[in-house]
Amino acid sequence: MGYPHKSHPQETPVLSKHFGDPAARTLEGWKARGGYTALAQALTMAPTAIQDVVKASGLRGRGGAGFPTGLKWSFMKLDDGKPHYLCCNADESEPGTFKDREIMRWTPHALIEGVAIGAYAIGAETAYIYIRGEFSEPIRVMEAALAEARAAGVIGPNAMGSGKRIDIWVHKGAGAYICGEETALMNSIEGKRGNPRIKPPFPAVSGLFGQPTTINNVETLAAVPHILNNGAEWYKGMCLSSPKSTGSKLFSVCGNVARPGNYEVVLGFSFKDFLYDLCGGPPAGRKFKAIIPGGSSVPVITIEEAEQVRMDYEGFLEVGTMLGSGGVIIFDDAQSMPRQLARLARFYAHESCAQCTQCREGTAWMTRILERIVAGQGTFEDLDTIFDLAESMTGKTICVLSDSCAAPVVSGIKRFRGEFEALITGRRSSTVAVGV
Amino acid sequence: MSESKMVSLTIEGRAVSVPAGTTILEAAKAAGVLVPHYCYHPGLPVAGVCRMCLVEVEKLPKLAPSCATAVGDGQVVHVYSEKALEARKGVLELLLINHPLDCPICDQAGECELQDYTFQEGRADSRYREPKRFNPVEDFGGDVLYVTNRCILCTRCVRFMDDVHEAPVLCVSERGDRAVISKAADADLTQPWAANVIDLCPVGALVSKDFLNKARAWELDRTASVCPGCSQGCNTVLETRDNVVMRMKPRPNDAVNQFYLCDVGRLDYHWMNRPDRLESPKIRLADVLSPVDWEIALGQAAEALRGRRAYVVASPQLSNEALFLLKRLIGATGGEGAFRCATGPEAPLPGVDDLALRADRAPNARGAELLGFTRRDGDLLAGLKSGDVLVVVGDALDGVDLRRAADAAAVIVVGTVLPVGLPTPVAVLPIANVAEEEGTFTNLRGRVQRFLQAKAAPGLARPSWYALADLATAAGAPSDDCALPSRAFAALAAAEPAFSGMSYDALGLRGAVVAGAEVAR
Amino acid sequence: MSHGPSAPAHAHGHGDETAPYVPVFAEGSARRRELADLISRYPSKRAALLPALWMIQQDRGWISEDAMREVGEQLDCTAAYVKGVVTFYTMYHQHPVGRNFIQVCTTSPCLCAGADDVVKAFLEHTGCQELGLTSPDGKYTVIEVECLGACGFATPVQINEDYVESVTPEKVPGILAALGD
Repeated sequence: MGYPHKSHPQETPVLSKHFGDPAARTLEGWKARGGYTALAQALTMAPTAIQDVVKASGLRGRGGAGFPTGLKWSFMKLDDGKPHYLCCNADESEPGTFKDREIMRWTPHALIEGVAIGAYAIGAETAYIYIRGEFSEPIRVMEAALAEARAAGVIGPNAMGSGKRIDIWVHKGAGAYICGEETALMNSIEGKRGNPRIKPPFPAVSGLFGQPTTINNVETLAAVPHILNNGAEWYKGMCLSSPKSTGSKLFSVCGNVARPGNYEVVLGFSFKDFLYDLCGGPPAGRKFKAIIPGGSSVPVITIEEAEQVRMDYEGFLEVGTMLGSGGVIIFDDAQSMPRQLARLARFYAHESCAQCTQCREGTAWMTRILERIVAGQGTFEDLDTIFDLAESMTGKTICVLSDSCAAPVVSGIKRFRGEFEALITGRRSSTVAVGV
Repeated sequence: MSESKMVSLTIEGRAVSVPAGTTILEAAKAAGVLVPHYCYHPGLPVAGVCRMCLVEVEKLPKLAPSCATAVGDGQVVHVYSEKALEARKGVLELLLINHPLDCPICDQAGECELQDYTFQEGRADSRYREPKRFNPVEDFGGDVLYVTNRCILCTRCVRFMDDVHEAPVLCVSERGDRAVISKAADADLTQPWAANVIDLCPVGALVSKDFLNKARAWELDRTASVCPGCSQGCNTVLETRDNVVMRMKPRPNDAVNQFYLCDVGRLDYHWMNRPDRLESPKIRLADVLSPVDWEIALGQAAEALRGRRAYVVASPQLSNEALFLLKRLIGATGGEGAFRCATGPEAPLPGVDDLALRADRAPNARGAELLGFTRRDGDLLAGLKSGDVLVVVGDALDGVDLRRAADAAAVIVVGTVLPVGLPTPVAVLPIANVAEEEGTFTNLRGRVQRFLQAKAAPGLARPSWYALADLATAAGAPSDDCALPSRAFAALAAAEPAFSGMSYDALGLRGAVVAGAEVAR
Repeated sequence: MSHGPSAPAHAHGHGDETAPYVPVFAEGSARRRELADLISRYPSKRAALLPALWMIQQDRGWISEDAMREVGEQLDCTAAYVKGVVTFYTMYHQHPVGRNFIQVCTTSPCLCAGADDVVKAFLEHTGCQELGLTSPDGKYTVIEVECLGACGFATPVQINEDYVESVTPEKVPGILAALGD
C-alpha cells in the first residue's frame, strides 16, 4: 500500500525506515535522523578502504543483476589519471518494480549520500542520477534535495569541507525501458539513442564519454551509508538463508494480492510467509496461481513452487527463476496466463531498441503469435514456433531484453500449458490468421 | 609502442596467425573462411547488430559476434557447427518475416545477400502467419530510393554517412520492429558520395533510381575499368548487357578509392552508349566527307602529313598507349602536342585518406603531361603554326576558339564524334571510347591503372591505340611493335623513364605508381 | 509515428502545426542561458540533448522538425541526428497532443488489476474516439503506456507530468472533473 503506513512487524525497515515521513525529505530532517554521518566518515577514508567495507558486507546490486557491489567498484583503476563517473540507475522501468521511486521521493538525501560515497569510493568527481522521465515527483524531490545539499556544501567543489569535489546531477530520461541497461543508460546520458553497447569494453574501462564508469542501482547506493555506519559485519549478519545473499531488500509486490506495496525483509526470508502474512494473501475469494518474482524478466513459477522458496539470489535459482529486481508480480486463479503473457511480450516488443535482429523481430513476432492464441486463432504449431523463437532470442544479442521476453513466456507455457491448449482447441474459426 | 603481437588460432580446422586485436571475422577471411554477415563492413565502424556473424568458440559459454570479438590465442572457432548454423538460420528467418516477397520486382535480386544466405543456410519455408509490416517507399534524394519494407536495419548506410562521409543526414528512427531509416526534411542524399549507400546496402532497400527496373543482375557482364570522370582514377566495374553499359560500380582498391565511387562519376556513363558516333573512316571529297575504308583514309592522312608539322590536340581522356603513339607521330613530324582539361569543384570523401572527386575532370591529364603534352586550358590552339596539320584526337572542341584552325594546312580528326566548327578534315578516323578498348590511365598521384574492354565499338571504329599506331606509321614513325595494347604499353615503358619496368602483368588490376611520383599514400 | 504492438500514434492533436516557427533558444533568452548552464554539466555538448528536448516540449507542447533543427544547431548536431533521438524516446511528442495527455499503464501487473477497464472508462468519459486521437475540444488525448513504476498502486495513470494512482473506472469522472480545462 502507499505510504505512509506502518511496516509489518516481520519487516526489517532499513531503507524504508523513514518512508512516509515528509520531514525526512529535508537536509536538516535527514541529518536529524543520522544522515550524512556516513559521508563525513567516508571522506576521511581511502577509497579502497570503503570498497573493502562494501565488499565485506556482501552487498549485491539491487537493480536485477546481483553483482557484488564492492567488487564492481574495485574494477575502477584509481590512479589512471582519467575522469571517472558514477551513474545512478534510477530508470526503474522493470514491470512489477516500484521501490526506487519510494527511496527517491521519501528519502532523497539517503540516495544523495549513497551516491556521494560511491562516487568518492571509485575516484569520481561527477555523478549522474538517471531518472526515468515519467518520475516527475521523484525528480522534483531529488532536485530540491540536491539544491539543499549543494547550498550547504555537502556536495559540490568542496564536499563537506574535505577538499574533494563531488558533483551530482539529475539526468532526466524520456520513456525507454532499455535505458535501464547500463550501457544504454550511458548512451542516453551522452545524448544518443538508448542503444546498449557491445561489451567488451566494459564500463569500468571505457564507459560514459569513453571514461571509466560505474553504474549502480538506487537501492544499492542507498544501502551504502547504512553499511558504513553500522559496519560490514552488521550487514553480513542480516542473512536468513544463503550466506551469499546478505542484507535487506525492498520487494515490490503487485498484481492480485490483498496488500500490494513495498516490503523490506532480510534476504532468505520465507516466501510463503511473505506472501500470506506480510502481503495478506490473495484477494478475497481467490487463490494465488502464478508469480513472477523478480520483475517481469525472470521465469514464472507456480504458487506451489513459490511456497518452497527462500527469498534470496540462490533460493530463487533453485526453483528455476531469479530474484532479479525483486518486483513480485502475482497472478490469481482468475487471470488468463496466455493473456497476461501476451501483454508482457508486447511490453518487450514495444521497448526493443531495434539493434539486434532476434530482439527487434522476435519480440514482435512472439507477441503477435500470443495475441492470436488469446484471440482464439492459435495452433499447436504456434507453441513450437514460440519455443524455437525463444531459442533464437536467448544468449545471442547485445543485451538481454530478448532473453527477458523469452523467459517468462517459455516458462509460462511450460507451467500453464493447459491454459494455452484450451484456447487453441477451443478456437472458434478457421486457421486463417487474424492480425492484432 | 611495441610491435603488434601475433595471435594463433584455428578456424574451421584451419590454423591462422594474425596480429593481436584482429577480429575473428577478419581472421577467418585470412584463413579463407567467409563468415556470413550483414552489418559488418571493413570500411565502417563495427556495429555488431545483425547477429549473423555469431560463431562458436570452444570453451566460451555463448556464441561470439565474430565482427566484434578480438581473436584469442589458441581459440578454436567453428563457423559451420550446428549451433552456429542454427543461430544463423534463426536470424535469417527473423529477417524474412516482415520482408516483402519482392524478389520478382526487386533490383537487388541476383546480387542480394539476403537471397544468397537464405538459399545457402536458411529455412525453405516461412512460419510467419501474421500480417507483414508495411511502410511506403521514400525518395531520399540524389540517386537513392529507400524501399522501407525491404530494410534489414543493418545501419551500414547510417554509419557510412556519419563516419565516412561526415554528413550525418540519415538516422534510425523509432524503436523495435517499427524502426526505419529516416532523414530530416532539411537534407537529402545529394552529398557528393552519398550514392555509395546503394552499394553498401546488402538488400534492395536502398536502390539506384538511375538503374531502377533497367536490368537484372544476372544479365550483366562485368568488366574491370577505371572511372573516366576525374583524375582520381577510382577503380570501377562496367556492367553491360547486349553491348550497352547499364551501370558503373566501384571496384575496391585500397590505394585509390577504397570501396567507393562518387556520384558524379557513378552516373556519368550514359555517354558511353551514345548512338551518334563516328562509325566509318571518312575522307574529304569535293569538300564533303565521304565514308571509305581504313586503308584509304589512312592514305589520305599520310598524304596530308607529308613534310608538315603535326599540331596534335589530344584529349586527357585518351589512354597512355594512345598518347604515346601520338608522341611518336609528333616526334616524327617535329611537331607538338597540347591538351585542355575541364575542371570542377573538388569534393573529398573525408573518412578516406586522399580520396576526392578531383578538380581535373579527366582520367589521364597526368599521363598527357608525362608524355610531353602541354596543358593549354586557355587557348588550346596557341601552338598551332601556319602550315601545320591540325590533328584533333578525342576532343570534341566544344567551346574552343577555332579561329586559328584556319591557319592549318589540313585537319585530321581522330575521335568518337566530329567536332563542330572545324574546316572540313581531310580524313576522319573513328575510334573506340573507354568502354570499348583496353588501355591504361595515369591518375593524379602517378598511379598507372589498366582498364579493360567492356563492349564492342560501333561500326568500323577501332581501338585508339590501333588507329594511332597506323597513323604514326603513316607519318613516318613505324609502329608495328604496337599490334596489341600490351605491346603498345611495353613500347611505352621501354621509351619513357617514368614508366620504366611496367607491364600489363605487373600492373594487374591494382596498378602501380610511376617513378618519381610523390609518396602520397 | 509508431505502428505495431501497443504503439498508437501520438498524433492528430490540436495545436498549430502550420504556424511559423519561433525559436526556443533565441539569443539572450532565459532558455538560452539555461541551456548554457546545462551544457556546463557535461564534457560534451550533445549530452544536453535530452534535457534540451524537454525544454522545447515544456515550452511548445511538442517537438517539430524546426525545433529539431534549432536544438541541433545549438548542440552541433544535424536535424537528422536529433530526429533519431526524438523518435527513440516515447515521451517526446512529435505532434501536438490534447491539453491533458492521459497515459494509462496497461502492462501485466496493472492489466491483471483491471487496467483495461480504466482505459475504456477514460475513452468513454473524455469523448476521445480512439487511443491516440485527441478529443474534438482539444482537451484530452488518451493512450496506453508501458509500466509506470507504480505497480503497487494499480492502476496508475500519468496525466501530463503527474501520477494519479489507484485509479478505478468509478474514479474516472471525478479525476477528469478535477482537471478543469
